[in-house]
Amino acid sequence: MSALKPEIVEKIKSLILLYPAKQAVTLPALHLVQDQERCVSQQAIVEIAALLELSPAEIHDTMSFYGFFKTELNPLGKCRLWVCRSLACDLRGADELLNKLITKLGVAPGQTTKDGFFTLEEAECIGACEGAPCVLINDVHSHNVSDADKLIDDIRKKL
Amino acid sequence: MAKYEPVLLKRISKDNSDHIDSYISDGGYLGLKKAIKDMSPAQVIDLVKASGLRGRGGAGFPTGLKWTFLPKDHPGPIYLCINADESEPCTFNNRVLMEKDPHQVLEGIILTSYAVGASKTFIYVRYEYGDAYRAMERAVKQAYDKGLLGKNIQGSSFCLEAVMHKGAAAYICGEETGLIESLEGKRAWPRIKPPFPAIEGAFRKPTIVNNIETVACVKQIIDLGADWFKSIGVPPDPANPRDAGSYGPKLYCISGHVNRPGLVELPMGISVRELISEHGGGVWKNRKAKGVIPGGNSMGFMTEAELDTKLDFNGPGKVGCLGLGTGAVTVFDDHTSIVDVLYNICRFFAHESCGQCTPCREGTAWMFKIIDRIRKGHGRIEDLNILEEVGNQIGTMPGTTICGLADGAGWPVKNAIRKYRSEFESYIKNGDKKVRTLNLQMSHH
Repeated sequence: MSALKPEIVEKIKSLILLYPAKQAVTLPALHLVQDQERCVSQQAIVEIAALLELSPAEIHDTMSFYGFFKTELNPLGKCRLWVCRSLACDLRGADELLNKLITKLGVAPGQTTKDGFFTLEEAECIGACEGAPCVLINDVHSHNVSDADKLIDDIRKKL
Repeated sequence: MAKYEPVLLKRISKDNSDHIDSYISDGGYLGLKKAIKDMSPAQVIDLVKASGLRGRGGAGFPTGLKWTFLPKDHPGPIYLCINADESEPCTFNNRVLMEKDPHQVLEGIILTSYAVGASKTFIYVRYEYGDAYRAMERAVKQAYDKGLLGKNIQGSSFCLEAVMHKGAAAYICGEETGLIESLEGKRAWPRIKPPFPAIEGAFRKPTIVNNIETVACVKQIIDLGADWFKSIGVPPDPANPRDAGSYGPKLYCISGHVNRPGLVELPMGISVRELISEHGGGVWKNRKAKGVIPGGNSMGFMTEAELDTKLDFNGPGKVGCLGLGTGAVTVFDDHTSIVDVLYNICRFFAHESCGQCTPCREGTAWMFKIIDRIRKGHGRIEDLNILEEVGNQIGTMPGTTICGLADGAGWPVKNAIRKYRSEFESYIKNGDKKVRTLNLQMSHH
């Protein structure tokens, strides 16, 4: 059974047409797979490599450079919650917010809650420093996060 | 001085400011249409050169001059890579521009492509900017629908394809050759230069890499003229023969311990003190600033006594900072420990070093380990000298690394120890931890 769904395969094939070299579709393909599957499995790497006419090792080399992509050993939860820890947020209570989220979710940064809903992450500057402390809910910013309980409850309702 | 009226941020508070209809009703894309009809690419380059525009991404290289480094009469393809990997800590102006006025950015991209002869532009947006990515993606689609992208734009022979490309959360992709490697699907290891991208860039073709705020300035220069741009800002410093002047408006990010963090557009050359007091609402809690980081973590520190320094390309260097950087000012108050601030900065660079050059990979890691040791109360006075020594030995300036990440990692360390040495010494000797306001123990999980 193939790891890549037919619609993902089609999407990857259409992206190949946009770039002068097939290898350039590596990051877009990894994003497509991880967005849906919450990780990029070794089998998915092999299939992406075949589509891009590369060695699986080349896909793995690029993928592993970016700590961003997860393997099947450590898949993401439905919501990847990034708490910014860089200076502007740190000066305005990022560590307190992170501590509250660790307590509330019962996981350390990098871990996923038992129900598979939240993956908690520490982020370097996410570029929303006017709203420090800030978080990213997958790839959407939330500014001036003062209430960790409300943040979690709101995300559970929305997603 | 008369109140400055924003140009780059003029539209951001409007309803539907991101939609092409709203943009066109405000006169958007008229400059592009006029340029394609009435100006040759060489004339656009000359206008941008005459404006004195220097890149807004951090290095401040003259934009028009960069464009002329492309080989003459090249058969193509030539590529334009847009660097929207804005990752310098405390910087967010590119995000606001893309989210709120993506067509201003896109018009600048199309104009730049026209000037340099690019047939394809790759818009590389960092993963963390999901809303900005989607706003740009919508803008690109709307522009195709209106014949502003694609084949024979506005009936001319100029053709341009725009491709949106998403990063994967790595600071190094903001370095222009790191970005190119990442775009090509490889690990984002910066390239040895020369060859510079203008000669051999993306996919081994001549490539220009420009920043978001820079291309927005290009759009405004086409509309308002080089003289308008040059009427704003600071002329070259006669005492510094290498200063090319700091013209035009600048987007300044204000964050940290101020009453009103935010983004403001002002003429180049405002003083840090005025920026904080007039535009950031002053230091919070009626406290005093202990210092600021004038343009992102890489630029080093200014002390309270240095806050009259002007934020132009030439100013921060006068007080020993690395440069203007991104113009992102982060204030920390006098209740904050410099040890905690430096700890945070060293952690950032240790995390973001790409690992290609050993001096950077090891140097940033050791600087972090040493400041961590000091912070936990196990520091020795000689640690301060070791930190300075490491800071001095890593980077393109001493010649030990391929890219400037390590220069930016060493600079705040060297600045902090030189400017706040007595506080470090007192911390090490007395274990004086009462000034610590940051509690980062969770990072040791």
